[in-house]
Amino acid sequence: MATAAITTEREHYLNKEYGIRSWLLTTDHKRIALLYLISITFFFFIGGFFALLIRLELLTPAGDLVQADTYNKLFTMHGMVMIFFFLIPSIPAVLGNFLVPMMIGAKDLAFPRINLLSWYLYIIAGIMMLHCMVTGGVDTGWTFYTPFSTAFTNTKVIEAGLSVFVAGFSSILTGLNFVVTIHRMRAPGMTWSRLPLFIWAHYATSIIQLLGTPVLAVTLVLVVCERVLGLGIFDPNRGGDPLLFQHLFWFYSHPAVYIMILPSMGVVAEIVPCFSRKRIFGYQAVALSSIAIAVFGFLVWAHHMFVAGISLYSAMIFSILSYLVAVPSAIKVFNWTATMYKGSVTFSTPMLYAFGFIGLFTMGGLTGLFLACLGIDVHVTDTYFVVAHFHYIMVGGAVMGYLGGMHFWWPKISGRLYPEWLGKFAALIVFLGFNLTFFPQFILGYLGMPRRYWQYPAEFQVLNVMSTAGSTILAVGYVLPMVYFLWSMRYGKIADENPWGAAGLEWKTASPPPTFNFEETPEVTWEAYNYDQIPAPAEVLIER
Amino acid sequence: MFDNFPLWPARASTGAGNVDALYIFLVLLASFMSLAIFTMITVFALKYHRRHGREAEQIEGSHALEITWSVVPLAIFMTIFAWGAVIYFQERTPPRGATEVYVVAKQWMWKLEHPEGQREINELHVPVGRDVKLIMTSQDVIHSFYIPAFRIKQDVLPGRYTTQWFRATKPGVYHLFCAEYCGSQHSGMIGQVVVMEPAKYEAWLAGGTTSGSLASNGESIFQQLGCSTCHRSDTQGRGPNLAGVFGKPVQLEDGRIVVADENYLRESITSPSAKVVSGFKPIMPVFQGLVSEEQLNALVAYVKSLNPASAGAQQQGPKE
Repeated sequence: MATAAITTEREHYLNKEYGIRSWLLTTDHKRIALLYLISITFFFFIGGFFALLIRLELLTPAGDLVQADTYNKLFTMHGMVMIFFFLIPSIPAVLGNFLVPMMIGAKDLAFPRINLLSWYLYIIAGIMMLHCMVTGGVDTGWTFYTPFSTAFTNTKVIEAGLSVFVAGFSSILTGLNFVVTIHRMRAPGMTWSRLPLFIWAHYATSIIQLLGTPVLAVTLVLVVCERVLGLGIFDPNRGGDPLLFQHLFWFYSHPAVYIMILPSMGVVAEIVPCFSRKRIFGYQAVALSSIAIAVFGFLVWAHHMFVAGISLYSAMIFSILSYLVAVPSAIKVFNWTATMYKGSVTFSTPMLYAFGFIGLFTMGGLTGLFLACLGIDVHVTDTYFVVAHFHYIMVGGAVMGYLGGMHFWWPKISGRLYPEWLGKFAALIVFLGFNLTFFPQFILGYLGMPRRYWQYPAEFQVLNVMSTAGSTILAVGYVLPMVYFLWSMRYGKIADENPWGAAGLEWKTASPPPTFNFEETPEVTWEAYNYDQIPAPAEVLIER
Repeated sequence: MFDNFPLWPARASTGAGNVDALYIFLVLLASFMSLAIFTMITVFALKYHRRHGREAEQIEGSHALEITWSVVPLAIFMTIFAWGAVIYFQERTPPRGATEVYVVAKQWMWKLEHPEGQREINELHVPVGRDVKLIMTSQDVIHSFYIPAFRIKQDVLPGRYTTQWFRATKPGVYHLFCAEYCGSQHSGMIGQVVVMEPAKYEAWLAGGTTSGSLASNGESIFQQLGCSTCHRSDTQGRGPNLAGVFGKPVQLEDGRIVVADENYLRESITSPSAKVVSGFKPIMPVFQGLVSEEQLNALVAYVKSLNPASAGAQQQGPKE
């Protein structure tokens, strides 16, 4: 492969410097994005491995594959790894890092060194989490509920709590960087109303990260204080209040769901217009709905606590507020769908993921209506119905969006195209595997199977077997893209600067982009998604 | 048809049917909405599939449409909210005169005590057609008392009482699950609810050996701990007279007025200085850690039995 072509190759962010130092000390947002990509992929497969073990244990009603304590650690570590080390950083730290500066016509983020710092914090937190796992793990569930976590379990609560605490700062710094960058670094002419919706989604996400994450940090510090110093904060035996913990925890952890899903919505809002060759339907509504979700998202936390022992009337208030947050989500779904109307639609891989996202997010959102409904929630909360619901949002929604985005921007990131037919095949596998894994869990939940059960009554077995079967299919669907992305880095077709004929400044620079993104600062004179002015790409690329 | 592949658990309480009705409505609504979205996507994707000689038509959007698909869902959501809130309100408001069964949760078992003094572990026997109120507390971590066949669930917390109620309608044996993760043997913290015909239930009740009713046990604990030296049945005691206190508003020393519910009685035993009754001094010793959860329950049941109004329902067991 090493031919004369390399010597004449254009300089870009990947080949400007070589060597481990040039990566570990880089302040280039694109290289940091790749550092994140590698690290979150690592954690994704660790979390996925735990998930497979959980599903294997649940293949039979008896607890026979692992011990009860091991099982409890498995679902705890699965949750912590997937949420704090994969989903929360996923799109913002990888695609957001890579694209936010480029989409607004900036050379880099506002604070490039802080950006690198946030990756190091993530790595430190990750090492702490790995250390916690190999020295015994933790069994509190990712929710750390007190007084179990502070006064009863003898597993590694402090290590896990501090790890999440550090990871939180990584997330805060990323959010801070995005907010400042979006406010201060936009290219001339890139007004707020011309921002890509991906940027709006990241702006809303960053605000949640900035305002919510500190509350989680405080809560975890209090947990550690109670456990180490014996202060009575959450433990009623020492004069504390266990419900206070739940209020504090969910004040972050409910909005955290929007940290995971909003960026995916941003991705879908880029993909659907591109492969419909149309301006997004109702730009303003889609942009403002992101902000509305971020704001309302902070007002609904106690819907996780309808049976926890809160008062009748506060439950009613939180129920009604939860329905309000569903409205902006509904607007988004309708507007994406309407964008295709009278468009010129092609079924590219990213578009298939966007379809998958809309479908699974719709089902996740609609089952959210069940859970926000007090009378139903009493029966289904803490059952597999909840497990299915949040996996539809966080895996069906967030991960579908992440994969769609990775396919959409892979040519920009790597300068290569992935094999299109394999991409479509993987998207289909993911969609089928996902539904087979999680749809049966809705029924299991309504039948009354509680979550976090190591063994279960035999009558629940059939649905559990279906779910486990689905999870193996899903695993194949997740491994495939990793394989062909790696393959394409060497053997994929060379991508030009805009293989999809997409709007957006990131497509007006070379693939892969030069270190400072643009040869000269662009000046924006057009509205976002001006697909009437951009020629569609050659047929072969998309339809093959 | 659903015998081999059920979609919901047995329906064995007065509330279960209401929950299922709302659930089925929501399933239909969600199916309709998903289908509508999936159909739109499919139709648009096929009908407007890329073709030579046809360009996409640029459409800015439509506020009228956007308002429609915000307001219509909102109206539907509010209907669901109201329906669910009504059911929740019923679920959370025990009828007067319900039989009160005390539940103590601990890692990893359920201990139950009937007003007549019968004790059970991981089993709850109840007759068909009677309102049963569960007054629950935990000895250690948070648990959750969940009976799928009744569609009810309530977390059980250490240091306080939570309650829920049901009226069973169908004899049978149903699952009792702990639904809040509580440590190693969480999935082993299960049991069964046995719903019986009233006559069989009476036989079961008579068959057990008890050392007196819960309230009478409470009375002897009340004497043993010396409570009666201050809480006298006249107005001369150093503590308030407890007769008729339960369920009534109480004027506190700091001016607040609280209702003397089960949690108030409980707190007044475990940490008496938290809410001192107006006109009395905070001289009562703290009983936190000195009385077990079962003794606390008996004491609370005893104080409640001093109520002329509800004593009948408390003491006499089943009323016809």
